[in-house]
Order: sequence, then structure tokens, then C-alpha cells
Amino acid sequence: MKYKSVFDIIGPVMIGPSSSHTAGAARIGRVARTLFGKQPTKVVVSLYGSFAQTYKGHGTDVALIGGILDFDTFDQRIPQSLDLAKKEGMDVTFVEEAAITDHPNTARIKMSDGLKEIEVVGISIGGGKIQITELNGFELNLSGMNPAILVVHNDRFGAIATVTNILMKHSINIGHMEVSRKERGEVALMAIEMDTNIEDDVIEELKTLPHIIQVTRMVE
Amino acid sequence: MFRNVAELVELAESQNVKIAEIMIQQEIDITGVTREEIMGKMDRNLTVMEEAVERGLKGVQSVTGLTGGDAVLLQNYIQSGKSLSGNLILDAVSKAVATNEVNAAMGTICATPTAGSAGVVPGTLFAVQNKLNPTRKEMIEFLFTSGAFGFVVANNASISGAAGGCQAEVGSASGMAAAAIVEMAGGTPSQAAEAMAITLKNMLGLVCDPVAGLVEVPCVKRNAMGAANAMIAADMALAGITSRIPCDEVIDAMYKIGQTMPVALRETAQGGLAATPTGRELEAKIFGIALNKSE
Repeated sequence: MKYKSVFDIIGPVMIGPSSSHTAGAARIGRVARTLFGKQPTKVVVSLYGSFAQTYKGHGTDVALIGGILDFDTFDQRIPQSLDLAKKEGMDVTFVEEAAITDHPNTARIKMSDGLKEIEVVGISIGGGKIQITELNGFELNLSGMNPAILVVHNDRFGAIATVTNILMKHSINIGHMEVSRKERGEVALMAIEMDTNIEDDVIEELKTLPHIIQVTRMVE
Repeated sequence: MFRNVAELVELAESQNVKIAEIMIQQEIDITGVTREEIMGKMDRNLTVMEEAVERGLKGVQSVTGLTGGDAVLLQNYIQSGKSLSGNLILDAVSKAVATNEVNAAMGTICATPTAGSAGVVPGTLFAVQNKLNPTRKEMIEFLFTSGAFGFVVANNASISGAAGGCQAEVGSASGMAAAAIVEMAGGTPSQAAEAMAITLKNMLGLVCDPVAGLVEVPCVKRNAMGAANAMIAADMALAGITSRIPCDEVIDAMYKIGQTMPVALRETAQGGLAATPTGRELEAKIFGIALNKSE
């Protein structure tokens, strides 16, 4: 089931005018920022489908940037987010893409701060609900609504088991998990959604495991 | 967990409880959050709805000037005592319009199920409130009942205009409201489902064709008619009228119609009213303003 909570239907409380194009866009931006871990200095947003056609009218641009500034869907500063981003020294570019995507409301966000760079693809599926469908070329299916960790690792046998063993040891229940790789034996990604928040010491413990390259926390 | 309207009705009738109660129980089961917290969260959503209606009834204007002030016109008209279709319906309509005018003005609203269709559920709720005198708890339950029907539509069809057209947004909202009105008025769970079916049948095929891509024209007036549709369908169901096509099949038909709807009519501002000469003229004028604003 795509929708799990009644508050996906009666909610969110948000700044208008569109749940998919404003609230959903703000959420995509905010999850992308969480994945990046800090405020980027350079942002390039590519918009597809209905997002590309109507983003100015719906405030999709201000909502995405508002999300990247860490604003929630109901934050009254969203309408001014482009100006606020400029003041904070964030370089923002929007690109309207003509390509047809699987979902009509798709945004591809590239973020960098001179040191690191990430690329996130998010879709807004209606009523303010979103999915993150791609991170740095890895396919994903994350809602951004539950605590989650992303584990970049080498594609070796046992790598996944060592991670889930640690979670078991700390009594952390996995609600949803996906593994994705570009090529066999190369770098792979585990996306793990959990029912509870994960503590820093658990993250540190995961980082010490063999074949684990990077562990990133993603919390709502 | 209910997957469709038939299961939802069956659960409510076998336990002899309201549909709202089934939705609340499911929310507790899925999230593990306490009943008090869930009720509190919906109470806060209700407050946001009240504030939006209040603000809209004082009169708002959108940035573009395309929408705003119609809720006030309607309230004044109701006061004049000349209304033909009845004060309760017009009150629902004006409050639905008020909410959407606030939404278009980038004000704070609660999506039900989306922002573009956010007027119908609160509009009808605050209108029938004056007739039925519900407690605060019953008003909160109205939102859970609406949510239960919306939940089924969202999971089995769509609540996105870009995916399914306006039938998926105002159509869904209207059906949700109709079902909740029936329950608040003392109707049975089956009657609530009949109201949802009757409402949605009359919204099938409704396209999403916003002028300039804005959630303004025709969205605000579609919320008005969505509210009126919900009121009439609720009365029909309460009168004992049933839908020949079961509610779940109507929802499925809505989904399939959405899938076959041309992209131009699914929130891309390429067809329908958006593509009329006046629609295009407004778009050119507005994008002139918007472009200057963002650069």
C-alpha cells in the first residue's frame, strides 16, 4: 500500500497552493538536504513532466528550495525561499526538462558544497506524499517518513548480514529494506527503513564493519 | 487492515462502530501511537481548517489576482435571504471556496486529500455543523471517516491530478465528504459508502486543466461544486437511494479513466480551460509577473 496513515489523506498542514507541487516538493527538497547532511552551496534542480510545465504557478521552485533550506511544509518562509537562499549564498539553477519520466511529478536535485556532491531523484505521488527513487545512480524507494539509514558498501557476500546483525543486537526492527547495485562486485547501496531512531554509537559500529564504505542517517 | 470500501463497511458493521472508529483503530495499529495522540493530531488539523475558513470569509486575494473574495460575495448573498438553492448548501459552498482562496493565496491549509481539493471536506463539515450541532469529538470523527474513504481511493486509484485528473482530487474529496456527512447525520456505514459512490460517479472524467498551471482557475469553483455535490449525494443516500455500481467499482472506474486521460488534461496546463484563448492570455500575463519576481 502506497498510503499507510490517515494523516497522508487528512494532511499535511501546509502552505498552499498544491499538495503535490508545493508540499511534496518541499518534502523532496528536505529529504535531499538530509541526505546531503548540510546546507549545500550549489543546487541544480531538473524538473520533469507536470513539475516542468507548471512549477512557477505552483510555487514548486520556492518549495523545493525551502525544503533544501530545511523548512517544513507549513513554514511561512517558503514563499520567500529563493531570496533567503540567495542571502545565504546558495547558487540555485532550475532546468525544465522535456524528457518523459515514469512519474509526472519528478525532480532531480544535484547538490554540492565544493567538497562533495550528491544527486537525488524524488517524485511527488499526491497529497504531499513523496518517494525518493534514486540516489547517486542507485535505484531506491524511500518515503522519507521513517527513520532510515543508507549504507554504501562493497558488493560482497555477508555484507548485508553483518549490518542486520548489528541492528538485531541493538533491538532495532527493520520496516523496509532495499539493496541496489550498479554492477556485480562493485559498490552497492543498502537502504534500511526502521521503526525507531538509530543512535550515533550504532552508526559508528556499522562504519567499522568490513566492506562498509559509508553510513548516512536519514531521519524525518 | 481494510483494503477497499467493502471491507471498511464490513468491519464497521460487524463491530457496530462508526467508520471513523475503524480508521482510528487502524492508525493505532500501524503507527503504534496512542489514541490520545492521534485524536490530538486530527484536532490540530481541524483547527487549521477552522482558521483557513475564518480567514477566507474575511476576504483574501491571490498574488495573481485571479481568485479571492468570492466566499465573501456568497456569504453576503446568503445574508440577503434571496438564495434559491438553500442556505446550508450555499454555506458549505462558500466555506469550501474560502479555504481554496486561502490556499491560492499561499496561506496555511490542511490538505484533504490534496491542497487543490482542500475546501470540500471542511466546507461541508462547517456547514452541517450548524444543522447537526456535533461535539468537537464528532467533528474530529468526521475527518477520520473522510480519511478512511480517501485512504481507499489513494491506495486503489489516485488522489493526484497529475496522475488521475481533477476527478482524483475534487472527485475524491467530494466523495469523502459525502460519506462523512452521512455518518455525522446518523446514517449507516453502507449509506456512507453509497454516498461516496453516488458522488464520485458524478465526478468521473473531470479533467485537471488549471489556467497557467495555478491552483486557482477552475480549482476554486470546482471545490464549490464538489461541496454541493457532496451535500446532495449525502441527502440521496440518507433518503435510502443506492448506487447500482458498488463504491469500489466506481473507484476502480475512476482509476482507469485517469490512466486513459490525455497528459494535456492532467495538470500540465496544456489543455482544457488552460488552453482557451482567455486561459492563454492570463498565462502570458501572469508568467510575465512571476518571471520578474523570481529573477
